[in-house]
Amino acid sequence: MISSTGWILITGILAASSCALVGTFLVLRKMSLMGDAISHAVLPGIVIAFLLTAGRNTFPMLIGAGIFGLLTVYLTELLSQKGRIFHDASMGIVFTTLFAIGVIIISLFAGNVDVDQECVLYGEIAYVPWDLWIWQGTNMGPRPVWILGFVLLLNITFITLAYKELKTYSFSPQLAATLGMPVGLIHYGLMGSVSLTTIASFESVGAILVVAMLIVPPATAYLLTDRLHRLLLLAVLFGITSAVGGYYLALWINSSIAGAIAVVTGLQFALVFLFAPRYGLLAKRYIINRSKEAPRPVTTG
Amino acid sequence: MDIFFEFFSLQDPNIRYVLAGTILLGFSAGALGCFAILRRRALVGDAVAHAILPGVCLAFIVAGGKDPLMLIAGAFVFGLLSMVTMDFITRNSRIAPDASIGMVLSVFFGFGVVLLTFIQSTGYVDQSGLDDFLFGQAAAMIGYDVNVFGGLSLLILAITIITFKELKLISFDPSFARSIGYPVKRIEFLLAMLMVLTITAGIQAVGVVLMASMLIIPAAAARYWTDSLRVMVVVAAGVGALSGITGSFISYTAPAMPTGPWMVVSAALVFILSFLLAPGRGEIARFVQKRRLRHRIASENILKTIYSMEEEDDRTDRVRPRRELARRRHMSKRELNRAISTLLRKKYIAWFSGNPGGYVLKSEGRKEAKRLVRVHRLWEQYLNQHLQIAEDHVHDDAESMEHLITTDIEHELLESLGSPERDPHHSKIPYEDADEGEKDGDNNAHNNQEGIDQTGEPGKQNPGGRKSQTTKPKGSRP
Repeated sequence: MISSTGWILITGILAASSCALVGTFLVLRKMSLMGDAISHAVLPGIVIAFLLTAGRNTFPMLIGAGIFGLLTVYLTELLSQKGRIFHDASMGIVFTTLFAIGVIIISLFAGNVDVDQECVLYGEIAYVPWDLWIWQGTNMGPRPVWILGFVLLLNITFITLAYKELKTYSFSPQLAATLGMPVGLIHYGLMGSVSLTTIASFESVGAILVVAMLIVPPATAYLLTDRLHRLLLLAVLFGITSAVGGYYLALWINSSIAGAIAVVTGLQFALVFLFAPRYGLLAKRYIINRSKEAPRPVTTG
Repeated sequence: MDIFFEFFSLQDPNIRYVLAGTILLGFSAGALGCFAILRRRALVGDAVAHAILPGVCLAFIVAGGKDPLMLIAGAFVFGLLSMVTMDFITRNSRIAPDASIGMVLSVFFGFGVVLLTFIQSTGYVDQSGLDDFLFGQAAAMIGYDVNVFGGLSLLILAITIITFKELKLISFDPSFARSIGYPVKRIEFLLAMLMVLTITAGIQAVGVVLMASMLIIPAAAARYWTDSLRVMVVVAAGVGALSGITGSFISYTAPAMPTGPWMVVSAALVFILSFLLAPGRGEIARFVQKRRLRHRIASENILKTIYSMEEEDDRTDRVRPRRELARRRHMSKRELNRAISTLLRKKYIAWFSGNPGGYVLKSEGRKEAKRLVRVHRLWEQYLNQHLQIAEDHVHDDAESMEHLITTDIEHELLESLGSPERDPHHSKIPYEDADEGEKDGDNNAHNNQEGIDQTGEPGKQNPGGRKSQTTKPKGSRP
């Protein structure tokens, strides 16, 4: 049997890997904040699903959240094109409004909703071992592990199948369009998997810490390599180390595990930011200094 | 209705505090938000709002309690720190701004959550209210909070008014500001401080997540109503204040309702209304403009088609049947009908019934058609001569430009081309003055039309379009 520590670590690792995989494309595509937007905007979807099915069934919630995730992406695009607003502003308008609507619905049905904004914002990975999935009387292990494992599998499948398209798309959507790739499909496919990943993860790590897992490990990896497959692997690696490191940090200082994971991703980034061999701060300074110290060519004559 | 008067009579001091707080918040956030969205920093506010959390927690630990001034000081320091960090990461690495915003937002917030749980686990007595910082609790604001808060808002507004010119300059063109010697870095820092102050002050009312929306939504709504920054700032502040009032009112009528989210939703409603209804930039106004332009283009195209048919057979008195027009311009029947009725109304063309019936240009219409053809051909000539575009490539561009070239541009074209005789396709460019010689013909046609109009049976005299009839019908009756 796996101990509760084991289950927590497995959950963290699964969530971190899923997030790092799709997050890499978000960072490359310069849409990092889409994860932030989606993770907030799904609140009304979750609450509505909760009210309709009258219970914490995961599946309706995932569907409700998924619908609102894609709605966020669609409304953001619509507003920035039709409304001629900068993309970031239209994202800000859409997700905060949807979140506000979610909070209002919660307050409307305050009595019957067992979801509160705190749980959406923080999540609690420490409760994972007790959130069991009982299937036909057999204990199948914690539910989040199954969901996250499924989402991870889905992400891996999506990325392997559409690797070439995703690669072209993330570096140059124009080129992808010229080559006749279905850019819209790639975009919404990617956003769909971002939504799914976000929703699956935030139950255990919370809306804002999903953003840390989505963005920080890929950004850290981005300072170390120029090749996409290495970037993906490094991002997953950084995700996993932060999940494990965060768990033990939280254990040590007796704090929220999700928060500690975010802090560790930040620390990793800070280290790489300083010491990365090519794109790090020190390396850049050093290269600049060296080029200053380089002896000037002696002119003869 | 009672509750409405009860609320707005402001008898209850609690209502006064809440209302003052939310109005001030909406006002200052709306005004500053304009600069944020113009500088494409809309979501920086979101990041700062989140990054404030560890500052609040640290201040709580240091002060050992909820001293509003200490909390605000802690929040302010961390807000500023997060801004500096974002800027530093973007400037010193290949990380794009959006990723650095997201990183700072989530890592700082994560650190805040760690501190918060640490505080909770050590069991401070007074810690329960810290959550208000996260989710906002406008209804719980008391006199002291509002005083601190109002002071901050007034300070923010005063600085914004005093430094308006500088803020405006760096919002639109920072490199120009730098080149004429403005201390851009310092102004940017000032703006950052103002933003952080606003967010710090506002978080208690609307909470971390929704703070960003109070910066973004009123400003985005105001953008639809004006092109002037001054007006935009005032309108945005007004929208912010209005949503503050609405939010407080709704949460007063239904005490379970949170103020912050209702402020956001009412601001969003104002935004949607502006998006749809604003004159000029609103969606409906633009739809109407587009339709109007499309109709104008369609009717101008019909006018031109009749003229070019005249050019082809060099006859101004022949009627041009509707079927022929429809064949030459690929338009739907409805569009064609609309275009023709517009032209008839403007007295540019006249209808002659008969077999087949059709339209002829009236002199005003011919003048207009000539103008269109003239600017079309002038533009072709211009593209060909000055931009070295091959003569078989200039037509399509001219086809759309002819509807847009104003008299001024036409004069400039004439000047720069020296009133050319012919366009690149060797078609004659029709000038008004050069028409003197043809005036007779024109007059004849005109007389003719009038003559026919009187008989009411033009078809007998002018079964237009038939090649067999070659004699020009004069004004006289047979």
